[in-house]
Amino acid sequence: MDLEIDNLSVSRGGVTVLEGVGFRLRPGAALVLRGPNGIGKTTLLRSIAGLQPATVGEISAPPEAIAYAAHADGLKSMLTVTENLRFWAAVHGGAGVEPALQRMNLASLRDRQAANLSAGQKRRLGLARLLVTGRPVWVLDEPTVSLDAASVTLFGEVIRDHLAAGGSALIATHIDLGIPGAETLDLSPFRARPPEQGGPAGAFDAAFGGDFA
Amino acid sequence: MIALLIRDLRLAVRAGGGFGLGLAFFLLVAVLVPLGVGPEGRVLAMIAPGILWVGALLACLLSLDRIFALDFEDGSLDLLATAPIPLEGVVAVKALAHWLVTGLPLTLAAPVLAVLLNLPVSGFGWLVLSLAIGTPALSVIGAFGAALTVGLKRGGLLLSLLVLPLYVPTLIFGAEVVRRGTAGLETGTPLALLAAITLASAALLPFAAAAAIRVNLR
Repeated sequence: MDLEIDNLSVSRGGVTVLEGVGFRLRPGAALVLRGPNGIGKTTLLRSIAGLQPATVGEISAPPEAIAYAAHADGLKSMLTVTENLRFWAAVHGGAGVEPALQRMNLASLRDRQAANLSAGQKRRLGLARLLVTGRPVWVLDEPTVSLDAASVTLFGEVIRDHLAAGGSALIATHIDLGIPGAETLDLSPFRARPPEQGGPAGAFDAAFGGDFA
Repeated sequence: MIALLIRDLRLAVRAGGGFGLGLAFFLLVAVLVPLGVGPEGRVLAMIAPGILWVGALLACLLSLDRIFALDFEDGSLDLLATAPIPLEGVVAVKALAHWLVTGLPLTLAAPVLAVLLNLPVSGFGWLVLSLAIGTPALSVIGAFGAALTVGLKRGGLLLSLLVLPLYVPTLIFGAEVVRRGTAGLETGTPLALLAAITLASAALLPFAAAAAIRVNLR
């Protein structure tokens, strides 16, 4: 499924952070988002995932096509690795968890409680969730945090397989995942301008015309 | 949705879950009130319906903030909001899980504790019936309150203040059923109103709660 974004503006806490963002992600392609801290990468990804509405613009893919992975992995520490993954598999329609466990190198940890996993192992389990969703567009927010070099390579291979199978991936990351043909989009040019320079006015300025500044 | 119910129940009965918290609180209330009031059988029997209902209500309140706060903290709520199951369904299932973990045990334990409060035997059936009909409303209203305060740091106090007034009608009619039943009076009216509150909350509040969660996730 194509993910097409056109002239998108997103806001965080009522302040527009990015405006005029546009790109097109075709099946089999990956797009890496870059930009300094605070530019609005997470806000943009949450908007695309359907967690918050964009202030302006359209997102072509429905939220049902998008698998979102954020900083938090959504794991329950009192459940085992298999129970955690089986829950998300059931929520997304009941795919088997065994291939995902094998793929993310978690098979030997299957009966361990998530509370007793290391940060990197939790991250691998959080990413294994993507495999059981069966959704074509992966939207990943810093997926490699706390992963070691071997796990980063492993995850790079998982993404390559996903792309080869006709999926696509939108990734905010600062390290090279080794995905051939991945395009990079720098978000710095899309930083929202202040209202004095013609940027969008905040709710307060829109209501009061900014005359009190 | 069934997977979500099973997960919530499993989490509740594992170490650190909420199961038993409400029940233990209810037990404490029923044990301590006779000690505080004194061994006046007649007085106890008179206040028993009210005390048992207030105890059940506060016991429910105790575990409300766990309904969504834990899922919000570990990111599950974001992922559930993007999952194929509707958020309204998530709210309804989580309210049901909360009732199975707190309301149902309270209902079943109530006759035993009613003995401590010297409630006449003729009232036991009415007590169980009124709790069985009324406590689901406590869980659903509580889930709505929890949805409004999800994401707030230490939202527990605000949650209690928001939810308590909404609990008042359930408390009044629930205790009234037991009081009238024990006295051998007609109970149809308070019972019907109690059932109406439960059905209306179960029908409407999941939608309101889901809308509140969507706003709080932004």
